[in-house]
Amino acid sequence: MDNAIAATHPHTHETAVPAEHHHEALPQHRHHFETQEQQREAGTFGMWLFLLTEIMFFGGLFFAYLLYRNWYNEAFVVSSNQLSIPLGAANTAILITSGFFMALAVWAAEVRKKTLLVIFLVLTTVFGVAFLGIKYVEYHEKWEKHHIPGANFDVREFVNPHAYGLKEKPLAPDMAQKTQVFFFLYFAMTGMHALHMIIGVGLLIWLLWRANRGEFSSGYVAPIENFGLYWHFVDIVWLFLFPLLYLINRHPV
Amino acid sequence: MAAAPLAEGKEENMTEFHDPSNVVNPEHADHHIVTPAVYGMVFAALLVGTAITVGAAYVNLGILNPVVALAIACTKAVIVILFFMHVKYQSKLVKLTVISGFFTFIVLITMTLTDYISRAWGLW
Repeated sequence: MDNAIAATHPHTHETAVPAEHHHEALPQHRHHFETQEQQREAGTFGMWLFLLTEIMFFGGLFFAYLLYRNWYNEAFVVSSNQLSIPLGAANTAILITSGFFMALAVWAAEVRKKTLLVIFLVLTTVFGVAFLGIKYVEYHEKWEKHHIPGANFDVREFVNPHAYGLKEKPLAPDMAQKTQVFFFLYFAMTGMHALHMIIGVGLLIWLLWRANRGEFSSGYVAPIENFGLYWHFVDIVWLFLFPLLYLINRHPV
Repeated sequence: MAAAPLAEGKEENMTEFHDPSNVVNPEHADHHIVTPAVYGMVFAALLVGTAITVGAAYVNLGILNPVVALAIACTKAVIVILFFMHVKYQSKLVKLTVISGFFTFIVLITMTLTDYISRAWGLW
């Protein structure tokens, strides 16, 4: 008989009998989980389900990018060349470094080294904030050049690039307007990514505070590990954003 | 054992094989702690991948430029998922969840692209 109820592991935590109501090992072990391992796997499973919804969310943006890049390719090429490769590449390296320290933080929690855990979480945060700082510099440059889509958008650099010292092919006025589509997607995608980073930095500060109290250095790793999954996911989004937005056509034909 | 009324000798044996509440799952026993050395290698691989991406963008490969860029990005993403996100060391449940998520995403992209490509069929 494949009856889940009959086959369920008999309950050992009978809350009605105080004598039998004891915690297995960790105070964080919830009663509705039979074992710590089961609780841990359930947490990882739930975190991944959340990340899959995030894949679908960013996936919609990536799909919009795919379509418009094909429709308005000339506009996408010249507006992509407006982005700074040194800043973008540096930010990629910074984000990878931040992710590396996050991975080390999970390790430090697993081997129960509180000081190391706090140090690695601080480094993760510092590199995350550095990424946002560079992003601010990039956004500010777009603001000054009126390259933010909307009523004040300026197409002069795209209609008459030679007057601005650019070696691009001049665009017809209607195609030049389509550069707004690129910048709209650029701000939507990097902006949503940056929002995830800001939320992540907020969570990191909260986790730092708890880690400093020793909450994650006695065998309870789940919050650190699951936040790590989130942080690495945000890294992965950037690993795709960087080549797709910054490197469309950097090779002079 | 304070087993449920239905459980007699036979059912007790069955829990070994069915384990529907995921208690004696043998995968739980081999919890793996990834070492800093592995993380270091992954870190180096990701930085090298970034350098290759930037370098490849300056070479004119025609239609292959975006393909190469995406291939490198996908490789890096898989490395991050397997090692930084520990999927290589997770249970089958978690592995299947991750794979099915990406599979569903690819299905959605394919179906939407099919629609866009076929709408103006023959007009280009």
